[in-house]
Amino acid sequence: MGRRVLLIEDEPNIIEAISFILSRDGWTVHTHTDGVTAMDKIARTPPDLIILDVMLPGRSGYDILRDLRANPATADLPVMMLTARGQTKDRELAERLGVTRFMTKPFSNAEVIENVRALAGA
Amino acid sequence: MSSGPNPNVFLGRSSYRTRRLRDAVMILPVLGLLLWNLPLVWQGGPGPKLTSSVLIFVFGVWLALIVLALVLARPTMPGDAEGKESGPR
Amino acid sequence: MVSFKLLIFVALCYVAFLFTVAFAADRRAAQGRDNWLRSPITYTLSLSIYCTAWTFYGAVGYAARSGLEFVTIYLGPTLVLVGWWWVLRRLVRIGRSQRITSIADLISSRFGKSTGLGVLVTVLAVTAATPYIALQLQSVTLSFEVFSQQSGSDWHGNDTNLTALWIAGGLTLFTVIFGTRNLDANERHHGVVMAIAVEAVVKLFALVAVGAFIVWGVAGGPVETLAMIDASPISQFQQPGGRWVALTFLSAAAFLCLPRMFQVLVVENSDERHLATASWAFPLYLFLMSLFVVPIAVVGLDLMPEGSNPDLFVLTLPLALGQQGLAMLSFLGGFSSATSMVIVATIALATMVSNHIVLPLWLRRRSSGASLHGDVRQVVLLSRRLSIAGVLALGYVYYRLSGGGTALAAIGLVSFAGAVQVLPSMIGGMFWRGATHAGAAAGLVTGFSVWLWSMFLPSFGVGEILSPQVFAHGPFGLGWLRPQALFGIEGLDPVVHAVMWSMILNSAVFFLVSILTFPTPLERLQGTQFVNVFDHSHGARSWTQNAADAEDLLIMSQRILGPTEAQAIFQREASAQGKAGYLPDVTPRFVERLERELSGSVGAATAHAMIGQLTQGASVSVEDLIAVADEAAQILEYSSRLEAKSSEQERTARQLREANEKMTVLSVQKDAFLSQISHELRTPMTSIRAFSEILVDGGIPRPDQARYARIIHEESTRLTRLLDDLLDLSVLESGQVTLSRQTGVLNDVLDRAVAAVGLRDSGLEVRRSRSDEAVTLVTDLDRLTQVFINIIANVRKYCDHAQPVLRILVSRTAAGVTVDFVDNGKGIDKDQQELIFEKFSRLTDPGKAGGAGLGLAICREIMNRLGGAISYLPGQGGAAFRVFLPAEPPDLPAG
Repeated sequence: MGRRVLLIEDEPNIIEAISFILSRDGWTVHTHTDGVTAMDKIARTPPDLIILDVMLPGRSGYDILRDLRANPATADLPVMMLTARGQTKDRELAERLGVTRFMTKPFSNAEVIENVRALAGA
Repeated sequence: MSSGPNPNVFLGRSSYRTRRLRDAVMILPVLGLLLWNLPLVWQGGPGPKLTSSVLIFVFGVWLALIVLALVLARPTMPGDAEGKESGPR
Repeated sequence: MVSFKLLIFVALCYVAFLFTVAFAADRRAAQGRDNWLRSPITYTLSLSIYCTAWTFYGAVGYAARSGLEFVTIYLGPTLVLVGWWWVLRRLVRIGRSQRITSIADLISSRFGKSTGLGVLVTVLAVTAATPYIALQLQSVTLSFEVFSQQSGSDWHGNDTNLTALWIAGGLTLFTVIFGTRNLDANERHHGVVMAIAVEAVVKLFALVAVGAFIVWGVAGGPVETLAMIDASPISQFQQPGGRWVALTFLSAAAFLCLPRMFQVLVVENSDERHLATASWAFPLYLFLMSLFVVPIAVVGLDLMPEGSNPDLFVLTLPLALGQQGLAMLSFLGGFSSATSMVIVATIALATMVSNHIVLPLWLRRRSSGASLHGDVRQVVLLSRRLSIAGVLALGYVYYRLSGGGTALAAIGLVSFAGAVQVLPSMIGGMFWRGATHAGAAAGLVTGFSVWLWSMFLPSFGVGEILSPQVFAHGPFGLGWLRPQALFGIEGLDPVVHAVMWSMILNSAVFFLVSILTFPTPLERLQGTQFVNVFDHSHGARSWTQNAADAEDLLIMSQRILGPTEAQAIFQREASAQGKAGYLPDVTPRFVERLERELSGSVGAATAHAMIGQLTQGASVSVEDLIAVADEAAQILEYSSRLEAKSSEQERTARQLREANEKMTVLSVQKDAFLSQISHELRTPMTSIRAFSEILVDGGIPRPDQARYARIIHEESTRLTRLLDDLLDLSVLESGQVTLSRQTGVLNDVLDRAVAAVGLRDSGLEVRRSRSDEAVTLVTDLDRLTQVFINIIANVRKYCDHAQPVLRILVSRTAAGVTVDFVDNGKGIDKDQQELIFEKFSRLTDPGKAGGAGLGLAICREIMNRLGGAISYLPGQGGAAFRVFLPAEPPDLPAG
């Protein structure tokens, strides 16, 4: 199993924090901040795992997730979603769309590493 | 307005009166036109018609019309009548 | 002996006095203290512009030449006024309900708001008025000449023309100053009306004074005067019946049709009830003006040397009898008569020329969406000023061409006969629904041509414009076209001949063409409006629903009526519909009302065309056609009552629907807001938690440690700011906030706000007017600063122009101070304008704003607490916010 993680998120401070935590754990982290071009990025450099924020500029995380699942090449790619909204209906929507893991901000750093390891191993 | 025992009758009457006074206003110019053209057909006596007597006649009719218009002006003012427009015709 | 210099001095003093009167009246009207300006007596006196120099000088000359015939000129108007219930009442009602601005506007409006008819009537009116204006110039010039001969100054031919030129120039100046100072929606001129009312008193007093002096001072009493009449050359009443009847008719018709009479009778009328007073008071005025005419003529014929001009007896008799003071008074009376007529006539004609010729041309030239660009007001004012000068110039040219030697009354009759060509169309249009546009046009052209041929062109004299051959044998030898013997009927008096043929042919063609042609729907609508003006006062419904955008209409109206008035009209309409803000629904009823408001400034046809551009063509619905066909007054009345009831219900329903929609939107927004707040709180928290854990884990290089600590600090500040905003809003909303009363200058408050936003590196340019901002405020200044900061910060965030500019405009009204913030971005969409002040709204995506969209909601709460208001101002080109502060602050504790 590879160790390439793609982080799609628009808050610079959160990108910096997650990149730091995962790099320290030995992962290769690529980052992307825009919702509209996210699919191109995934097609160009296919990751082993995606961490996807819900509220992105231009296009929401849900739309990206829906596209990923519709495409045979990425239908089984593990996707972990992050949201700061944390309402039950957000989680329900994500699960209906086929998310692999769902995390509410804020999170503990150990939680992130644990989830990433579990997904990459699965 | 409601001074009488039956204000409706009172209203109807005053509105009727206003209407007849308006008729009088409308007849005034007809009256003036007739009278002022009278000197043209005068066959006044044997002698020729005198400017002075026609002058007195024309200005006399004029004054009479002014007085009649003055008397009729107040009771036929549109503002007074407007509210009563819907009264019996 | 009155010196010529003294005379000039007195005339100038008199003009200065008129200026003062007109100026004071305008000022009083502007302050709203116009109760006596609008009294029935002022109205009656203003009608006296019927009595021009023709009356003052010419009537005596007329009597000296033709005896009692002169009186017919005053009998006609007397009949019209005592019979006001027939025509005048209807005319005034139509004029007021349709906001008619001139007689051309009346005809144009009645026949389907036709531009062509407006032009036709305007051309006719200007042509007909030209001899009349020349007559006034001639009489004033003659009166100057009399004095100059008396005082023996060297004053000859060329100087006469120069005097006429000076008089024309002076009158132009006066009329421009008081007739075109403002563009009133009702086309009323208080200053001018007051000035002519004063002139009315002066000329009556002068003529009566001369008359009384002649009867009691010279003849020795009324009985002796009558004896003198019997002994005079005009002792016999040998009146040709045709002339007597024709002239009475002509004067009655002219009283209604002359543009200047229409101006004072209809346009300047502020209350229909004034007609009732004028119905006896104006005939009395005419009576007094005419009373002494024959005595003066007779005494003049008796005392003055053979060959002296009888038109000047009023002036020359007192001079010959050594009454210098009386002669001076008489001079002023004649001067008054001439000037008041010229002033009103030129104003009326200039209104017609600008509304019916200049503006339509201007609109056509800037065809696509013309109404939205440029300042129409300036165009209107400029074209009126030029028209005034043009009309007076034409009068001067006619005076020079006609040689200035003709009898005054003869010139006046030419003018009368021209003006009354409008009569068939006017009376037909008011009483007969079958009258059509084509009929009116054909009748007008026919009447106008006959008048030109048989009266106007011959008035210059045989051999001047028409050759003697044409008079004797007709053009090209066509005998039946001889100007003074049309169709071979000879031996008629020229005036009777011209009036009879022009009116008969005009009316016949008008009638025939009307019954042969079919009116357009718009004509039929207007026809019903005019003929049934007393049955239903609501206007024609002719606009397609919602075709025009309310914002476009507002922009256009602002250009014509000025921003304050236009905004007031829109706001009033919106609140009548039960809506807040400045943008009402574009209902047919509203468009129609707006069109009427605009037509007060630019005339019916132009207003219709301008609104038509925005509403994409005048389309008349089936419903409207049914309304036209519906003739029974009872059904109309019944249905209008039903309509009133259902519109009431509709209003309530709309209010309910709007409230409901708003609540649904709000509840959706409330959910979104909770999500939003959650997001706004959790995002900084995420960074804070992640970096504190990293720092706790240890093993980080020092520079990174510092950076992570700074991030934690930044994010917690962001959290605090958000919480502050939320708390602030909830405190404001619950009313627990304490405000303190402070006094300061708006300038300083704005300075502080601009500084606090910190625009240095944002590229936003702020344009302000320091002098406007020197307003002292009593309110909570800190809170007000907060409002300004929020607005400016908002503009900085959202203005999307490459070179953003914010204009801050301050204006003061009686109610308080308004501060408008207008930027040059693309503004806010109409459907969003209602929501921006709600606390759960934010327009663009969250990443950009860095706040939870609470700023404007806080502003609104603060302004409510301060007794003022903040609103979005549509139609300003960009986003625009209006802050209103009341002059009387609510009770605030002193701070």
